[in-house]
Amino acid sequence: MSKQTSAVEPHGWTKFFLHTNGWLVYFFFYAPILLLVVFSFSDSRNVGTWGGWTLEWYAEFAESRNARSALSTSLQIALVSTVVSVVLGTMSALALERFEFRGKQVFDALLYLPIIIPDVTMAVMLLLFFSQFFELLGTVFGIELAKGVGSITLSHIAFSISFVSVVVRARLAGMDSKMEEAALDLYATRWQAFRYVTMPQILPGIAGGGLLAMTLSLDDVVITQFVTGPGGTTLPVYVFGLIRKGVTPLINAISVVMLVASMLLVVLSLLLERSRSGSGTA
Amino acid sequence: MNTKHWLRLLAGLFTLTLLAAACGSDDDESSGGADCEVGEIDGDLAMYNWAEYIDEEQLQEFADEYGISYSLDSYDSNEAMQPIVSEGGSGFDVIVPSDYMVSVMISAGSLMLLNYDAIPNSSNLSDDFSNLYFDPEGGYSLPYQWGTTGIAVNTAVVGTDFPRSWGIIFDPAISGQFDGQIQLLNDPRETMGAALKYLGYSMNTTSEDELAEATELVAATAGRLAAFNTDSADEFLTSGETVIAHGYSGDMFVQFLETDNPGDYVYFVPEEGGTRWIDNFAIAHDAPHPCTAHTFINWMYGADQGAALTNWNYYNTPNAAAVAGLDEDLLDFVNDPAVLAGGVDSLEALEDTGDFEVNYSDAFVEAKG
Amino acid sequence: MTAVEAPEADEEVLEVTPEFEAAAERQERRRGFLLALPEFGYLTLFFAVPLVIVVVYSFATRNRFGGTDLSGWNVDSYVKLAEPLVREIFFRSVWLAALTTVICLVIGYPFAYYLATRSLRVRNVMLVFVMIPFWTNFLVRNYAWRVILGNDGPLTKTTEFVGLGEHEYLFTQTAVVLGLVYGFLPFMILPLYAAIERIDRRLLEASRDLYANGFQSFRHVLLPLSMPGVIAGSILCFIPSLGAYVTPEILGGAKTTLLGSYIVTQFLTARNWPFGAAMSFVLMAIMLAATVVYFRKGGRTL
Repeated sequence: MSKQTSAVEPHGWTKFFLHTNGWLVYFFFYAPILLLVVFSFSDSRNVGTWGGWTLEWYAEFAESRNARSALSTSLQIALVSTVVSVVLGTMSALALERFEFRGKQVFDALLYLPIIIPDVTMAVMLLLFFSQFFELLGTVFGIELAKGVGSITLSHIAFSISFVSVVVRARLAGMDSKMEEAALDLYATRWQAFRYVTMPQILPGIAGGGLLAMTLSLDDVVITQFVTGPGGTTLPVYVFGLIRKGVTPLINAISVVMLVASMLLVVLSLLLERSRSGSGTA
Repeated sequence: MNTKHWLRLLAGLFTLTLLAAACGSDDDESSGGADCEVGEIDGDLAMYNWAEYIDEEQLQEFADEYGISYSLDSYDSNEAMQPIVSEGGSGFDVIVPSDYMVSVMISAGSLMLLNYDAIPNSSNLSDDFSNLYFDPEGGYSLPYQWGTTGIAVNTAVVGTDFPRSWGIIFDPAISGQFDGQIQLLNDPRETMGAALKYLGYSMNTTSEDELAEATELVAATAGRLAAFNTDSADEFLTSGETVIAHGYSGDMFVQFLETDNPGDYVYFVPEEGGTRWIDNFAIAHDAPHPCTAHTFINWMYGADQGAALTNWNYYNTPNAAAVAGLDEDLLDFVNDPAVLAGGVDSLEALEDTGDFEVNYSDAFVEAKG
Repeated sequence: MTAVEAPEADEEVLEVTPEFEAAAERQERRRGFLLALPEFGYLTLFFAVPLVIVVVYSFATRNRFGGTDLSGWNVDSYVKLAEPLVREIFFRSVWLAALTTVICLVIGYPFAYYLATRSLRVRNVMLVFVMIPFWTNFLVRNYAWRVILGNDGPLTKTTEFVGLGEHEYLFTQTAVVLGLVYGFLPFMILPLYAAIERIDRRLLEASRDLYANGFQSFRHVLLPLSMPGVIAGSILCFIPSLGAYVTPEILGGAKTTLLGSYIVTQFLTARNWPFGAAMSFVLMAIMLAATVVYFRKGGRTL
């Protein structure tokens, strides 16, 4: 299959405009990031005042037990919530785009609510819910649960799945379902039809949704703060607290570490994909 | 069929939740003082504190000394911490609410009565802190650190010839040439309080007329400001974004010392008076390890540990025994008589005004426009 | 020619008995329901049930200590919504969010198209590079912008150097919109890209073969086919802009109150939970209605 590009390559002024716009957007995205990286090496307590080169902020980050544990807590939560919300979100996107069933309208509306609701409202309602839910589990079933990483992960999934669904649905909407039908006519099982026909086509949507879910989880402060318990301080919550004490390049250093880590992850997965597609069926 | 079944299940669960909600609000009566010995340990310590308000190494030292481990989580406002502890099941032992929040949490039954027999070092508490309005009998809280809210000025730009008054913010005749370089706190009680003080009223007023007057004053000032901001008041000042700043004492002192010429900046509480705030040790009503919590507070109230705490966060200590161990830099600031232009008696604590809190927050939104 | 019809998703099965068809359809429905069930269940437990609790709270009363008494039910909080102050905040916020969304769309659409025309490998890498900046912390990015826009910041220095004179950027409305666009542009790009990427290039080629010029083929082929992406992107961009409160505070100096910060204030300063709950509930209802209408319309033009 040689469907390399799906849209027509533009020419002339349009091409020039698209190129320029593309580079400008990247510049826009990376200008603050560049600044952030540079100031993480600044020997001044104030971000924005250059004080000469230093690695002290990285050293401080390495020494700070709080910062490190916040980072690992964040990554754990982001990973689990992304995986779960990608699976559930893709399933429901398929159901809504490909099937008719009773209660579909209600489900459709319910799906949009987590996107529409203000952060702080969701935070408050989850706080009330978890306090009562855990108490209920304790009194009725004798299951003792404590708020913390678990309740944070559950909350992150609750707001991420809708985003995943929306992105995957945008991909599925109007996509030709004849291919799947053809596969089914050729005696593929449902799963095979999904795995070998539908999934490759919606993979960009799934990946996009996953990236979005991950970003949301790594950024959330308000909801996390409300459903937290001992040991549940995530990186954004920690950084939010640090900012109260004054914005020091320490938070830049933390961001740079996260940036580098996520870039490494991406490069690794790209390499993995390349080696797989190289040795695979091609 | 299965949809119906499922709906019934849902309805059942929902009713249960509501029931639990209804019951939950009744059984919140506060627990009596914990039955603990001095130095007794009943588990690991879970502390819930303002961010960067205690040195982790100090916590580690405590944990090592008693052979336990600790967890430290942070919040950034009283209002964010309170519902988490009040709702119950938070899992936290020691918390650090500010003054007015202590009274709110006592009324909500969210704090545990302290057992002073298990905190013998509480005798180190300075006499200035007896009979605190928010905890009259001192039964639920012990002061942690305290400080003031006032004005910081970049004297290199503004000069030193200005009245030590809130007028330097609110009176265009005094500071008109610095329009766009003044900042007020983004906090309804503090900022409306400052305006009220300037007008000669109490910052805890519950008079709608006085508040309306203050609202007008803040509204007239809003256009002359760089920003309403709480987190970065100190940095705006030293980075030149502002020249007159409204902020907290400890933040300002630390920030001054970070600059090349700390002498260029002054911090003072205007002669009309300002806020004195006190943050306090308290124990959550359902703390899982109340004895460890008592032992920890007692340990922190020792002379050495008290001084170590203050030398790390640079606020003021309520621990009389700890004063001797404080850094000189810090003492210079704290003991400078110019800091309190109106004397100690001009200071006022922000109190919970009950139903009137809503008026304060609405007035502030209205003043900002 | 209005639009090239998207392929219909109708499933026409040849000559089967009605009973067989009905049974097959039932099975299809069951399958669809089962597929949606895990998320449906999850959202019901961890979203719908908590939401009902909040709605219940909106009819409760704030007590003297800022707690919420679950008794003395009333609609005071909803009455308070009619105050002019609230209305003013609402319209101001809607305007800012709409502006942000339009800017995101204008920048994001050509960008997404540009991405979609790259080769497969380049495309994936470029997409990842869109997301990478957003794996740093949201607050930290806002603070970075504050440095850029600040008094001695690079932007002020540049405009001064170029001779455009001294400009104040920080703590203005412009700064707020800029921060919001920065924060939510990826939310626009991702669904747009997903929608444009799957469009069959042959449709565009065909339109050109039929003597449509570039604009015509964009207007009548590309845009209608990418409409689901435009809609999803606009919603993902508009809604968080409407609720934003960190950016207006950090970059706008909190000088005007927007809806997001007003709601946060109710929960975290005034401790007036019933009012905060009522406001959130009404806001959600309005947004949901708008979303449904928007989707229906978008669906029809497809």
